[in-house]
Amino acid sequence: MGGSDRYCKAIPLRQRTCAILALILYLPLPSQTAAAQDASAPPPLTESFAAITESPLVPDDDGFIRRWMILEPIAKPNPTNTVFTGKYVRQALSRETYPGDFDSIPEAGEAVRGDQALTWHALDSKLWDVRLFDFAQALGKPKYGVVFWMVTIIDSPREMKNVRLAVGSNSASRWWLNGEVAVELFDDRRMVVDDVLSDRVTLRKGRNVIRGAVINGPGLSDFCLRLLDESGAPIRDLEINFGPSRRPA
Amino acid sequence: MKEALPKARRVAIIAGAIALSQAFATPALAQLEGNVFIHDPSTVVLSDGKWYTFGTRGGGLVSEDGWTWSDGPVRPGGGVAPDVIKIGERYYVAYAVGGGGLNGGHASEIKVMWTKSLDPGSPDFKYHDVGTVASSDGIERNDAIDPAFLLADGRLWLSYGTYFGTIRIVELDPTTGQRLAGNDPVDVAIDMEATALLYRDGWYYLLGTHGTCCDGPNSTYNIRVGRSRDVLGPYLDHMDVPLLRGGGKLVSAAHGRMIGAGHFGLIDLGGGVEKFSLHYEADMDRSGRSVLSIEPLLWRDGWPVGGSNLTSGTYEIQSERSGNALQLKTDFVRIGFDARRSFMANPGDPVSPLPDQSLADNSAVWPDGTIRADLSAYMVRPNQHWTIAPVEGAGGYFGAPYYSIKIAGTDRALAVTADGGEVETVPRFTGGDAQLWRIDQLTDGTYRISPKGQPSGNDTALVAIGTSTASLNRFDPTSDAGRWRFYPAEPPR
Repeated sequence: MGGSDRYCKAIPLRQRTCAILALILYLPLPSQTAAAQDASAPPPLTESFAAITESPLVPDDDGFIRRWMILEPIAKPNPTNTVFTGKYVRQALSRETYPGDFDSIPEAGEAVRGDQALTWHALDSKLWDVRLFDFAQALGKPKYGVVFWMVTIIDSPREMKNVRLAVGSNSASRWWLNGEVAVELFDDRRMVVDDVLSDRVTLRKGRNVIRGAVINGPGLSDFCLRLLDESGAPIRDLEINFGPSRRPA
Repeated sequence: MKEALPKARRVAIIAGAIALSQAFATPALAQLEGNVFIHDPSTVVLSDGKWYTFGTRGGGLVSEDGWTWSDGPVRPGGGVAPDVIKIGERYYVAYAVGGGGLNGGHASEIKVMWTKSLDPGSPDFKYHDVGTVASSDGIERNDAIDPAFLLADGRLWLSYGTYFGTIRIVELDPTTGQRLAGNDPVDVAIDMEATALLYRDGWYYLLGTHGTCCDGPNSTYNIRVGRSRDVLGPYLDHMDVPLLRGGGKLVSAAHGRMIGAGHFGLIDLGGGVEKFSLHYEADMDRSGRSVLSIEPLLWRDGWPVGGSNLTSGTYEIQSERSGNALQLKTDFVRIGFDARRSFMANPGDPVSPLPDQSLADNSAVWPDGTIRADLSAYMVRPNQHWTIAPVEGAGGYFGAPYYSIKIAGTDRALAVTADGGEVETVPRFTGGDAQLWRIDQLTDGTYRISPKGQPSGNDTALVAIGTSTASLNRFDPTSDAGRWRFYPAEPPR
């Protein structure tokens, strides 16, 4: 988005064409048309993601969790990210607003019935971060004013204490570990590595469910998440596995 | 420079002062407490869980925390200005007998003895004489007093001397404390006394005191330094002036109510915290008496510099890791502002000042009870301003008092969570240990913030574990994550 993105993120706008905005701030912009989108030819989903395999995935060299079940974005128009206070985000991203049964694990291709027809996708990010904007854009879904829900399953070889979830997100987000809120990121923010860390938590031996939601108005949506040990080092001896646990009981 | 008083009179005056020291002056905040009356303190060393320093004549001071001091054991041998170093199981003690202008003379001997404990209650407490390791004959241009040890790369060195001639260095045997056979003294400086030697990063540092001693609030004592790649010199200052010609870069001088800084001694507490002991010839809040002080030691461009404890005030607390400010983790409160009008305004349109956000506006969204603290971009907001002050009666640790850290204009105080693992704020400051903080200046000038209850060796501190997250974690001196800067902030309106 270039340097003008900082204006676009903070100022209420109906559309996001920041390069133009830098020249004609606050002049009415034409609606984003289908023709305009075709001309820009968004990159395909395979640019940033790959379909998951049968094999469990391990965190990458830096510990980032790349395998996620991602729900197509829920439209939640917000012309500005400055509304993302703790109070707002806790209400917008909660058990009650989760599209489905909060305590169950969605399956790839599962449809969510509601006002909007949405589908879960099981994907491996090709990058250290998870580019939700690219995901939405490739599927022809809304890119701005959206909520993304994600779920992943971490298979731990043993109980691990004093673990921290380290999250960066654009913009605000909330994250649950095994049903309990672990990390919250509020306000208008960009994704950076290890932005907000959870209190010390315990990973169970075997399956652990991490569920998260990112809310964004204008701008790119994305997140990164890894688990750090007491010394701050990435934890890598984990498997991300949507199938049955391969760990002995 | 010329001594205002010969060392003999100094000794008499100091002895009298120490004898009278039972009637302690009211301790001032941000200074050491208890009996801190001493002159020419030796390097502070740890023995049997307590910290010891010895002064001129036999008396010394002892402390369990480096903050509150009391009368220590009497060192045998008398004399002036001892130094102590621990090598293996032995504490070697060097002290001078004679000289210092005693009866107008400068004939003196530096003697060494050792003991395995400085605690008279220990079965290992027993002094063994080593003998004389250096001397001056009263005619030569040297006065063998004020010894100071340095152990570096397995070799033991001793500097000594005063304004009467030169500062000299000799080499001792670290296994016996005796002078190495055939070793001759080497002149390394003039216009110095109360020297100390340091070794760091391939440099030898010779510190010593310039100025006039022993004249209370009129003493001009100040600590200077030169350095050399060779322990035997030549020592030069930052302007390349040889210490043998009177050079010396300033390390510490009078400040505030403390006059006449002298007799440096390194205290390396580990974990990136270095401090130094010294005496001030006059503490203006303690009748102008000579007192022990412990202050932070900084290193800048390869030179030791005296640091300072944080003074009371209202500050932004900035993380050296992320540059973000420590703040109450509360909902962001916007300042009323019409962005559209601002961007559309013409250059010539009139402008007027916007008021700062008030504490009342900011605190309107604060929940009751405890509130966590996190890090965010500094926005000059009331939830980012902390009033920090020493807590009277709370004690301290090695020259730094325990502080309260409160949101400015409120009684809401930074505290350790009940489980001891995280940091939060509580609505009311009660003075409990969980609400008291050590703030130690580190060698680079930044600060470490540690909760009270840090026994020696425990290195838990406030650490930026993420860009926007602060927690209590092990302090890593090689990382910026546990380093903080304090920038003065306007008090809330």
